[in-house]
Amino acid sequence: MAITQLSAFLENRPGTLYDAVSSISDAGVNIRALSVADTRDFGILRLIVSDVEKTKEVLSDNVVITQTKVIAARMSDEAGALKKILKVIQDTGVNIEYVYAFTSSVAGSAYVVLRVNDIEEAEAVLARNGIETLSDSDMTGLL
Amino acid sequence: MKNYYQKEIETASREEILKIQNEKIVKQVKHVYDNVPYYRDLMDKKGVKPEDIQSVDDIHKLPFLSKDDLREAYPYGLLGTDLKKCVRIQSTSGTTGKRVVAFYTQKDVDMWEECCARAIVAAGGTDEDVVQVAYGYGLFTGGPGLNGGSHKVGCLTLPMSSGNTDRQLQFMMDLNATILCCTPSYAAYLGESLAERGYKPEDNKLKAGIFGAEPWTEEMRQSIQKSLGIKAYDIYGLTETSGPGVSFECEEQTGMHINEDHFYAEVIDPKTGEVLPEGTKGELVFTSLDKEGFPLLRYRTKDICILSRKPCSCGRTHVKMTKPLGRSDDMMIIRGVNVFPSQIEAVLLKEGYSPNYQIVVDRENNTDTFDIYVEFSPEQFSDKIADVQAREKALNGAMRSMLGIGPKIHLVAPKTITRSEGKAVRVIDKRKLH
Ligand SMILES: [Zn+2]
Repeated sequence: MAITQLSAFLENRPGTLYDAVSSISDAGVNIRALSVADTRDFGILRLIVSDVEKTKEVLSDNVVITQTKVIAARMSDEAGALKKILKVIQDTGVNIEYVYAFTSSVAGSAYVVLRVNDIEEAEAVLARNGIETLSDSDMTGLL
Repeated sequence: MKNYYQKEIETASREEILKIQNEKIVKQVKHVYDNVPYYRDLMDKKGVKPEDIQSVDDIHKLPFLSKDDLREAYPYGLLGTDLKKCVRIQSTSGTTGKRVVAFYTQKDVDMWEECCARAIVAAGGTDEDVVQVAYGYGLFTGGPGLNGGSHKVGCLTLPMSSGNTDRQLQFMMDLNATILCCTPSYAAYLGESLAERGYKPEDNKLKAGIFGAEPWTEEMRQSIQKSLGIKAYDIYGLTETSGPGVSFECEEQTGMHINEDHFYAEVIDPKTGEVLPEGTKGELVFTSLDKEGFPLLRYRTKDICILSRKPCSCGRTHVKMTKPLGRSDDMMIIRGVNVFPSQIEAVLLKEGYSPNYQIVVDRENNTDTFDIYVEFSPEQFSDKIADVQAREKALNGAMRSMLGIGPKIHLVAPKTITRSEGKAVRVIDKRKLH
């Protein structure tokens, strides 16, 4: 199951990240995971949130947003968990565009977010290898 | 005095020059009327017949030609002779992407090169000199013009073309170049590069430089003269009339003598088209008196300048023009290349972007910087950095093929480019050029 990621284009100047984050929290939405990729000129803020629609609503007036599907794969709390995930995906020939990780307060749970060029293939191979992935509804409920 | 390439004509009396001009203009107007239908139509519309032009005093009756006409008539519409007689083209960018293509017969090439030869000799050049031509070669007129002029004078010519600074410096030092021809910003850059490599200004053999194709200031002249240990001469020209050498500076360095036996100069009010008296600031207009391939009459250069007939200590009698003091249109000269905002707009639309953009031009270390900020649309946004950068790179490539130089592209979010009173500021030129 894939989850929804929102990406926002941020100009590289002070305050843009703060403005985006504060309008999300003012709307009562939880940010589950976040990563910022930046260049000299701009940054791309990637977000996994508890309420996608509400986040789009509060952000879209001020920043450009795009919505993409990403995979959130559970990493078991043991050495080599991430390595295993990357290995099974690599073996299928699916390309990973970028990754970031987050933890949840659910006991021992860490997740890696994977942006890949073939999401169905990646999901299938993860499922075959018994690696758990999250769905949008998990994100709404996840603590 | 040996400082003339063609002493007789360069120092001719006012009467003699007028006599030459009058003879040439009558012939030229008749020839253009008979051979260039595009201009004949313009004359007919204005109700001017070739017989109405009996001397240069009648030139004001003729219709103007503008860059728009050149675009309209592209490519052959203003050709003045049988294509078979033409031996060369040169080209420069036009207002909306269509390039200006100018045709030259062998006689035109010779005339142009003679004009450049006059400039080289005025800068102290003789057949003993080694001339390093570091202007671009090719469609751009800078390299070919000075190269030809240098041959005519009999100098040893180093056809370096632009760029490759290491090689430029190596040849300059090893082959004892005495005269350097390039854009002023590149001259400044070469001066700095020499210093960086531990050379003092007196270590090179250069005595003079002939610099043009872009605006430069008196301060820049002083700094180039100091860093290279030379005297720096200005040169002016445009592809539409021939190329560099339409006018050039003498040792007085107080303006450029226009080669009046080939080019008739007027200064007009850019709004009304009215001819302004000597000493008044206005738009420079050239009539080519003897060009065959591309004989433009009353071509509006859009360069703002002042003409002066004050006697010059160099002995030359031809009228002097100031450096261009500005433009009457929105053309910018960036790294020696003509750039119009309309060209940039055309590329953006073609590549699927909104025409919301801002051009920022500045000068760092004597080199022009050229940045374009472009608003993308929400649909063009991707969560992947590589996608955004690929877009910037593609746009840079499209700009480069249209303009001849590549700007740094910055994609920015919609509605972020500053608008003053609702109207976006398209060009921010931070260079202090005038
Ligand atoms: Zn003079």
